[in-house]
Amino acid sequence: MKAFTYERAATPAEAAAAAARTPGAKFIAGGTNLLDLMKLEIETPRHLIDVNRIGLDKVEDTPDGGLRIGALVRNTDLAAHPRVRRDYAVLTRALVSGASGQLRNKATTGGNLLQRVRCPYFYDTAKPCNKRKPGSGCAAIGGFNRGLAVLGTSEACIAQHPSDMAVAMRVLDAMVETVKPDGATRTIPIADFHKLPGTTPHIENALEAGELITAVTLPAPVTGTHVYRKVRDRSSYAFALVSVAAIVPSDGRARVALGGVGTKPWRVESAEAGDDAGMGKRILAGAKPTTQNAFKLPLAERTLTAVLADARS
Amino acid sequence: MQFNEPATANPIDRQRVVGKPLSRIDGPLKTTGRAPYAYERHDVVANQAYGAIVPATVATGRITRIDTAEAEAAPGVLAVVHHSNAGKLGKAKAITARLLAGPEVEHYHQAVAVVVAETFEQARAAAALVRVEYARGTGAFDLEKEKGKAVKPGRSADTAVGDFEGAFASAPVKIDATYTTPDQAHSAMEPMATIAAWDGDMLNVWTSNQMIDWARRDIAETLLIPKEKIRVQSPYIGGGFGSKLWIRADLVLAALGAKAAGRPVKVALPRPVMVNNTTHRPATIQRIRIGADRAGKIGAIAHEVWSGDLPGGGPETAANQTRLLYAGANRMTAHRLATLHLPEGNAMRAPGEAVGLLALEVAMDELAEKLGMDPIELRILNDTQVDPEKPERPFSKRQLVECLRIGAERFGWNARKAKPGQVRDGRWLVGYGMASAFRDNLAMDSGARVGIDAKGKVTVATDMTDIGTGTYTIVAQTAAEMMGVDVDDVIVLLGDSSFPVSAGSGGQWGANSSTAGVYAACLKLREAVARKAGFDPATAEFADGFVGQGNKRVRLSEVAGREGLSAEDTIKFGDLTKRYAQATFGGHFAEVGVDAVTGEVRIRRMSGAFAAGRILNPKSARSQVIGAMVMGAGAALMEELVVDPRFGYFVNHDLAEYHVPVHADIPVQDVFFLDETDDKSSPMKAKGVGELGICGVGAAVANAIYNACGVRVREYPITLDKIIGKLPPVTAA
Repeated sequence: MKAFTYERAATPAEAAAAAARTPGAKFIAGGTNLLDLMKLEIETPRHLIDVNRIGLDKVEDTPDGGLRIGALVRNTDLAAHPRVRRDYAVLTRALVSGASGQLRNKATTGGNLLQRVRCPYFYDTAKPCNKRKPGSGCAAIGGFNRGLAVLGTSEACIAQHPSDMAVAMRVLDAMVETVKPDGATRTIPIADFHKLPGTTPHIENALEAGELITAVTLPAPVTGTHVYRKVRDRSSYAFALVSVAAIVPSDGRARVALGGVGTKPWRVESAEAGDDAGMGKRILAGAKPTTQNAFKLPLAERTLTAVLADARS
Repeated sequence: MQFNEPATANPIDRQRVVGKPLSRIDGPLKTTGRAPYAYERHDVVANQAYGAIVPATVATGRITRIDTAEAEAAPGVLAVVHHSNAGKLGKAKAITARLLAGPEVEHYHQAVAVVVAETFEQARAAAALVRVEYARGTGAFDLEKEKGKAVKPGRSADTAVGDFEGAFASAPVKIDATYTTPDQAHSAMEPMATIAAWDGDMLNVWTSNQMIDWARRDIAETLLIPKEKIRVQSPYIGGGFGSKLWIRADLVLAALGAKAAGRPVKVALPRPVMVNNTTHRPATIQRIRIGADRAGKIGAIAHEVWSGDLPGGGPETAANQTRLLYAGANRMTAHRLATLHLPEGNAMRAPGEAVGLLALEVAMDELAEKLGMDPIELRILNDTQVDPEKPERPFSKRQLVECLRIGAERFGWNARKAKPGQVRDGRWLVGYGMASAFRDNLAMDSGARVGIDAKGKVTVATDMTDIGTGTYTIVAQTAAEMMGVDVDDVIVLLGDSSFPVSAGSGGQWGANSSTAGVYAACLKLREAVARKAGFDPATAEFADGFVGQGNKRVRLSEVAGREGLSAEDTIKFGDLTKRYAQATFGGHFAEVGVDAVTGEVRIRRMSGAFAAGRILNPKSARSQVIGAMVMGAGAALMEELVVDPRFGYFVNHDLAEYHVPVHADIPVQDVFFLDETDDKSSPMKAKGVGELGICGVGAAVANAIYNACGVRVREYPITLDKIIGKLPPVTAA
């Protein structure tokens, strides 16, 4: 770990301003991902701005019947929130399937959206990785990539997005609210928040330098059976090989997002029209699997089909 | 004391303390954090500095340049030690790869340097500033590719009796199948860690090590100093599983760092470095051929094993149990060793059997199916009470059949459907599987010193280790039984090279051997006590804190007096392990669910019955067995070090990527011990259980998977990607 300086911000605007002021600064909230990355010198911020005490830890109803989730709301609290459990069960189910109880107690809503990939080569500073060191190459292509993405990949990066929460957020059409260093605020649809790797895999999201997530808003609830089915190599504390977030009405069009398969939470709205039996194929169109992770295609398709069939029965 | 003939009746047979399910006497220390592990010995020596290792980032080659200028200039740095300034070092004969690289690099993450600094953070940050340049070499990393070049590693690699090829060719029912097991990591909770302090030419180390006297020997051979000038202490160990049988880089670099810095230094191996820096269980390719008559009687059995290791290393002896487990007149086993430039392969819990049974016991399941026979009945039909390669050599005690029958009864085996894929529970395809458990019983000479003081307290001192197994408790129980005192009146001191040399912990020999050493020392102490009290040592009785004869008795505290009494002895094992085949046995049973959609496998029940001589403490023995069953579940379903042959290393080198079972993976476990004593094993009449539990359990899981869904996977671990392609289609609503 490299030495760094530290300050604690009191308000969101102050935090964003501090970030603009200090080159090489990073925000720290729960630290469940950033601290690990710093110890391994994958992240080497020179300055940390602690945003744990800037408020933003409330879940509030919005006038249109939706929910506004402060960026600092912990995963445990969000999962247990009565309205989330009642109206956005897919989100609760996704949250409790992630990480461990201890991690969920610390991890925040904003931080979860920003968690970095789990590719083993990204984690090893002795190996090439375009995400960690642009232009150095991708060791995962041609290497150990059983768990990596089949959708949204590029020749520069094939790492899958690791979040469960973000997959549920995607199916719920969440909006990400931010504040910039100049105090300006904006709202980014979740679909546009995470970026495909393309030739710039080190750019992972739409945030500008110093821009801070302040909240995630959910529109009014969508009725239907809320499902989050996470398929993994062991019963707990493992990243998804494939996950399916779905809101399935008893008849009519289901909303579906997939985790574990894409370089970002994967949803193809146009694929949701049409018969259930073909939906998997439509969502997975254009997939580029490797020999090791080709099983994710039948796995995702079968899981999705079963989820829809269960929910409709 | 020599143990040359079977034990007769002795004080242990009273079983007033031995054989009772006592809770671990070190339990409160463990649960309250007061049992200090090596890295936490803040109090043992003042002024401790911190060392951080710099691991090699190539698998083979030569270090062409080490630039330490930036690291040396970093805040708090006291010393940087590497091959060019470490002084002359030897290589311990027991260790394959050197613990400090240079100029040659023998494997990935071999230690290249240690940076010593005032704080841990400074040492770690400065370690990242050491610039190492390599002339990268080439190497072999793929066992399958190197298999053809594998050689016969030593005289005991092969065995053959009768005419296997002929008998197999003419057998009416046969199977010929190849199985693979991957490299596996021990993944002990406590990382390797050492504090080293020089006192003149005397080296003190506080470390985490299973074998204190081996550690001393290996330090002497590495640092080229006399063994007498080394003291090793390792009283608490957070798991070893074989990874701490020998010293590792943390110890050598702490000692070198301490010498260079002129003050004590502590070094721990970080988790992401442990996997490639230390040892692992080597991958295997195993071919098994079994020929039987139509009734199921085996006439031919062969087990061939290929594994790889660094030059000078050894094979994974995965065919060994096949020499002893089942009858059959015509048989052969063979081990072949390929050169691989992966990190050093070495012992991991039940080396040989743990992976050998993953193959053999699935092969038996496949044979049973071909015969249309119940897999338990097939095993019972082919049971043997003598070493099948040397029929003149009987088993000392073999209750495999009893284990299988009792285990089947407790599990409810008779509900099993022989045809796969018949049982459905919601989304789950449910299956039953079983396997035999077999592990050699090894015996190692073991010494102890036992004293009694004026308060009647008995103190046992031995360099034996407790690697989380319960040694403290069974040693206390043994001494309490022998001296006739309450277990609370026994103080046990372990893991210090200033105590008598013991068996140490490994190969499941620790419990039986070390308590036999305590037994021997206690016999001597009883004699001294009896004589001093004026009784005949042969007939004096020790009970309730008294020594007595007839209607006379005296308090032990009185006899001990102010000076106390003490005795030391070592149990020395003669040739009983040669005259008799000594082993431990069991039957494993598992019920699994296979998700009909995804192929996910989840274990629903595990059950086992075991025969392992006298069970010294049913509670700690059960803990050993359930822990081993968990490890076997991991081997069956998820544990795999993945080799990246482009870089010559294990890619998934941390606990996020190398999966071991979590609590949610492990269901109810039923463990049953047969009431048994084995008079050929030691005066304790006990055998080991620490490794028996892992032996065969993975095969029971694999067989249950087959029974559940009809998919036979012969490449471990059995992950869903190897199943999903063979599952029936999923239909939309």
